Amino acid sequence: MKHLFAPAMAIARKDLYAEWKTKQTITTMLIFSGLVIVTFSFAFDPSNQAVSALVPGMIWVITIFSGILGLNRSFTQEKQNDHLHGLMVAPVDPSAIYLGKCLANLIFVLLVQIISVPLLFLLFDFQVISGVGLIYFVMIVFLGTFGFIAVGTLLAALATHSKSSEMLLPILLFPLVTPVVIAAVQATRIVLVDQEGVSAALSWMQLMAAYDVIFFVVGFLLFEHVLEV
Amino acid sequence: MTNEQSELTGIVPSKLHKVLLAIAVPMTLVAMYLVFIWTPIERMMGPVQKIFYFHVASAWNAFFAFFIVFVFSLLYLFTKKRSYDLIAGVSGEIGVIFTAIVLTTGPIWARSAWNTWWTWEPRLTTTLILLFMYIAYIMIRNLDMEWQKRARLAAVFGIIGFANVPIVYMSIRWWESNLHPVVMSEGESAGGGLEPSMLFTLIFSVFTLMLIYFILLQKGLYVEKLKLQVKKMKAKEQEKMIS
Repeated sequence: MKHLFAPAMAIARKDLYAEWKTKQTITTMLIFSGLVIVTFSFAFDPSNQAVSALVPGMIWVITIFSGILGLNRSFTQEKQNDHLHGLMVAPVDPSAIYLGKCLANLIFVLLVQIISVPLLFLLFDFQVISGVGLIYFVMIVFLGTFGFIAVGTLLAALATHSKSSEMLLPILLFPLVTPVVIAAVQATRIVLVDQEGVSAALSWMQLMAAYDVIFFVVGFLLFEHVLEV
Repeated sequence: MTNEQSELTGIVPSKLHKVLLAIAVPMTLVAMYLVFIWTPIERMMGPVQKIFYFHVASAWNAFFAFFIVFVFSLLYLFTKKRSYDLIAGVSGEIGVIFTAIVLTTGPIWARSAWNTWWTWEPRLTTTLILLFMYIAYIMIRNLDMEWQKRARLAAVFGIIGFANVPIVYMSIRWWESNLHPVVMSEGESAGGGLEPSMLFTLIFSVFTLMLIYFILLQKGLYVEKLKLQVKKMKAKEQEKMIS
């Protein structure tokens, strides 16, 4: 176990530290999510009461579109100075690289969500949930984001081999994350808008958890084939 | 010159291909006869229902083709044999063609049967996502890099793509049942109450299209091998010109 977690932590720490020094990716992701919110306000009149039904969908659109930006950077930055080859020949399990990259990407996207989701609620004058609903909401966001990142990290590593990886990644990623997007939007809607039938939200969360486990394990096993020269 | 020609003619369409083709032509004609003349016209939907035989048969064969992609992707990752990669790639392309047939015949039929071109029903949505997924698969196969690397990446995508199909289907079915409690039961799922002659025709057309799938697979493999051969010859020619 230690031979897996120690390098994974080192890679995640390296990514986070590099990000801390430049603040390039996070800033871009934040500005982008802000722009998406502004675009939403033009597309759907925020003063209209019926628009609150769209907020759950907006949360996930923001997550996925800004997440794609972060995922693109995650491996293309390793191409500079041949870092990618360095990672490949490093005496660590390739799965550890996957684990570390997943962790770093997850932290980036969660950070963006912590800022942009309250901003969305604020700008669309959405009534804030409290108590048990909030706990459910946080769990749903975490489960959905984790599933998205687990698949996204694997496919981002796959897409970096292409010269036009920025264009390739969304095309590979969107069809594959449909289940988790459907489940996340439905569960978020139940918790935020309906505020009843928590059991229905629970079954969606089970679906997300199953998806997370399946694709995390698949990514874990197949990552070495993606990274091999 | 003669040497090169013999190299090219060294790869000829196999005997199996000719035999399959010889079976496929009469079988397709028989299938046409069965579909358009032999089976009775459906009482509710009229002649439009005839599209059903090709629609369902293409859908089944598309799934079959994607299953083959999955199996040969796994085989490739374990054995690293180039022929397995070629089979997976050709099968993925044929699967996309079959899926496109399903998605064009489907709306034509739906327009007259359900009075709408498209509904976001689980099977329809899953098929659409399937199409996007395997188009992405073909895009990976067309990346510009050494074949070993490309084959490995495509195999990884072929495996996770296929693993995703049941989850997509399940999640869309749940989503749908939350919106509309009444699930459309006419159409494809009416197989239980199918007239025996219709059922026979359906099964016959499924096998006909499966035969066509195998012919296309053979032909595709043949073309791929020819491409490799041409590439080899080009390299040899270049070497000759340099030296």
